[in-house]
Amino acid sequence: MMKVKQVLKRVTKHSLFFPLTCLAIVLIINLIKTPTFFRISLNNGVLYGYMMDILNRSSELIILAVGMTLVVAGSGGTDISVGAVSSVAGAVTIFALVGSMSSDTYRMPYGLAVLLGVLAGMVCGAFNGFLVAKLRIQPMVATLILFTAGRGIAQVITQGFILYVRKEQFKYLGNFIPGVPIPTPIFIATIVVVITVLILKKTALGLYIQAVGINSKAARLVGLNSTLFTFLVYTFSGLCAGIAGMIITSRVYSIDANNAGLNIELDAILAVAIGGNSLSGGKFSIAGSIIGAITIQALTTSLYAMKVTADQLPVYKAIVVIIIVMIQSTELKRMVKSLHHKFLCSRERRWAK
Amino acid sequence: MNKEKDVLLKMRGIDKKFPGVVALSKVDFTLRSGEIHALMGENGAGKSTLIKVLTGVEELDGGEIRLSGIDSPIINKSPQDAQAYGISTVYQELNLCPNLSVAENIFIGREPKRAGRIDWKTINKKSKEILEKFQIYIDETKPLENYSVAIQQMIAIARAVDISSKVLILDEPTSSLDEQEVDKLFEVMRQLKQQGLGIIFVTHYLEQVYRISDRITVLRNGLLVGEYETSKLPSVQLVAKMMGKELDDLSTLNKDTLQEHMEDREELLEANNLGRLGRIKPFNLCIHKGEVIGISGLLGSGRSELSRVIYGADKPDTGELIWKGKRLTVNAPIDAMKAGMAYLPESRIDEGIISDLSVRENIMIAFQAKRGLFHLLSKKEQEEYTDRYIDLLQIKTSDREVPIKQLSGGNQQKVILARWLLMNPEFMILDEPTRGIDVGTKTEIQKLVLQLAEKGKSIMFISSEIEEMLRVCSRMVILRDTAKVGELEGSELTQNNIMRAIAGGGKHDEG
Ligand SMILES: Nc1ncnc2c1ncn2[C@@H]1O[C@H](COP(=O)(O)OP(=O)(O)OP(=O)(O)O)[C@@H](O)[C@H]1O
Ligand SMILES: [Mg+2]
Repeated sequence: MMKVKQVLKRVTKHSLFFPLTCLAIVLIINLIKTPTFFRISLNNGVLYGYMMDILNRSSELIILAVGMTLVVAGSGGTDISVGAVSSVAGAVTIFALVGSMSSDTYRMPYGLAVLLGVLAGMVCGAFNGFLVAKLRIQPMVATLILFTAGRGIAQVITQGFILYVRKEQFKYLGNFIPGVPIPTPIFIATIVVVITVLILKKTALGLYIQAVGINSKAARLVGLNSTLFTFLVYTFSGLCAGIAGMIITSRVYSIDANNAGLNIELDAILAVAIGGNSLSGGKFSIAGSIIGAITIQALTTSLYAMKVTADQLPVYKAIVVIIIVMIQSTELKRMVKSLHHKFLCSRERRWAK
Repeated sequence: MNKEKDVLLKMRGIDKKFPGVVALSKVDFTLRSGEIHALMGENGAGKSTLIKVLTGVEELDGGEIRLSGIDSPIINKSPQDAQAYGISTVYQELNLCPNLSVAENIFIGREPKRAGRIDWKTINKKSKEILEKFQIYIDETKPLENYSVAIQQMIAIARAVDISSKVLILDEPTSSLDEQEVDKLFEVMRQLKQQGLGIIFVTHYLEQVYRISDRITVLRNGLLVGEYETSKLPSVQLVAKMMGKELDDLSTLNKDTLQEHMEDREELLEANNLGRLGRIKPFNLCIHKGEVIGISGLLGSGRSELSRVIYGADKPDTGELIWKGKRLTVNAPIDAMKAGMAYLPESRIDEGIISDLSVRENIMIAFQAKRGLFHLLSKKEQEEYTDRYIDLLQIKTSDREVPIKQLSGGNQQKVILARWLLMNPEFMILDEPTRGIDVGTKTEIQKLVLQLAEKGKSIMFISSEIEEMLRVCSRMVILRDTAKVGELEGSELTQNNIMRAIAGGGKHDEG
């Protein structure tokens, strides 16, 4: 009995316990509602099913959440510009490919255009990083600039049009590569995650970022360049937004500057929070954020499956956010404990009488 | 004397467990009205924890707390609850808000209001009065962070004294105070005692315990050793009770051998006209290999500031630094580190610990930073280093992977010390290295400093305790009003000489 309790305690204390529980709850509800939820079938040489869809759709969110995790860890702030930045990146790539008219011919090599788009995202990130690290502007305020101006920039690039790329090859990145049964975004997300984790594991970067995020004064005195690492995490977040922008635009083989990646920054921040990461910086878990991202996408997909319309979706998400935030609140835990305590005391008093 | 009637506070059978540690086990503590009660014990003995369960910062696992005048046991769920009972506390780790003004800090949570608005005028005026009681004359409208740790400590004390009505708790309040400030504090404590308050006083300074306290409760490893009347417990016995063994003889400390041949020692570092506007006036200083040099001066005289411009913690705006005969430009601390310097800052919480990182990471971070991003030490190497220093400094922790913030104050300090010892630096700046460290370990650290010097390392030692500096330093720099005014050496190094020099009018003034 004692042993079971101990094991239970260790499991619940594990840092991934909370995000995994969230995901499990969402999946179980789905399974009850839709018995075919976990079924995956092979149609026309590609894999189909709710689970595949969730993984596929969560790819760009995972990529953004990875970048966001490091931003949160290293600066204790959030980057709210990632949605707008991915729109900029998409606009740059498509403009580079087809100019200011929808078209079916490329003006330049596809690879080069993608590189330009991702680079544009990185430049945006570097701009944020400069504001936060060098000019010491509050992260929320600093990234608010591109949050509002980013879509304007994208509009300028596309000259206000929704630009289409009518070429089959352009869809590969956001859909399927012929002959491969797994959606391409899943591969891209996997590559981003693996490379990031490798860098964090094989170098001291993870340690440095955490140290700077927790106590930048102390970090400086032990020889770390706090400014540099803050700058780097924002630049990296921009890079991630750029890559996500490539997937988003390829999915719909077009760029709509106003709507590409709309509100996705909020999901990315939420993914980090559900992942059990403290939003005030410091210790982080990439794995947690990934599970968080998948959870959010699972929630979205299942709400759609339950015939919730796109306009109602935010309400339901908000409810989930409130529940999650409440569960994580230490103050609430204290309150529950104190209630429990009061209950025990009153019972004791009654016994004493 | 009716003993029972005097009892203000009674804690019985207090238990407190943290994961992996039993911090308190069946501890009793009694505080009487009109007494100053010292709570003593080694680092990690459970002193701060006892205070925290009393004031509701931590929840107790067992036992009960009774206050005079209240029939049932009290349970404080938060420090606010405790305040409502008339208990006010200065915690070991100051919990003030650095970017609020001094006055705001004094009145936070109990701001006087007029017509529904915070009455700033009264706040500022009253703050001034409260501070004047301690003879602190500062601008109370400036942000707190403008002032030194010592001043901040005095502000925290002033605030607590102002609130307290029954019990005042001071957890290592004097850890960064000079003798003058300690005198002021004791003066106020005596007044409060006369008014019938009970005061709990935690400190590692034996001399202060014997000067001010009426009674002593000793804890060891979370267990109660006993309660004693101060006048009936000789200090040797007190130390033995805290440590569970006799203290090593201090006479094993021998710095005399060090002082010989100082003249023909190689120069390591030379500061020419080094200074920073508003912090430390330009000074000249020469440090030899194998030397322990002390920096002495009153509060605010620029002790820490002097060391900071050498290390580049604050960038100097005049002068130059010569390191091993060559000019050294320090743009950031990393440059000084690469040259072979180390710097233990004065403020442990602000600039020392990285609270959420583990003991291992906190020890390894400077070494890793110097090695660089791409030369990550393997986990095994890190663990070996960490264990070696946990052992050497006897850091009390249940595991090397626990976050440093869960260690007791003194043990956190040891971790920071370990961080720099590990670097094996040629020149070490130690700003209040023994702050919050218990008597036994303190001697160990002093010994360690002398051993390092014997091996040819140079050390800059800053401490508000002159006695400690006399024990380790072979030369002392005297500061007054942010300027270096002289040096004392050899036979000139006596308590009297130093006191006279730092207060002004000494014959060693350079002019
Ligand atoms: N929040 C916490 N989580 C886990 N362990 C803790 C926590 N706070 C204290 N401890 C442990 O409880 C023990 C007692 O710590 P405490 O801070 O009471 O010591 P102390 O007597 O005040 O020591 P010091 O003289 O160093 O301040 C230590 O072993 C410490 O590691
Ligand atoms: Mg303590």
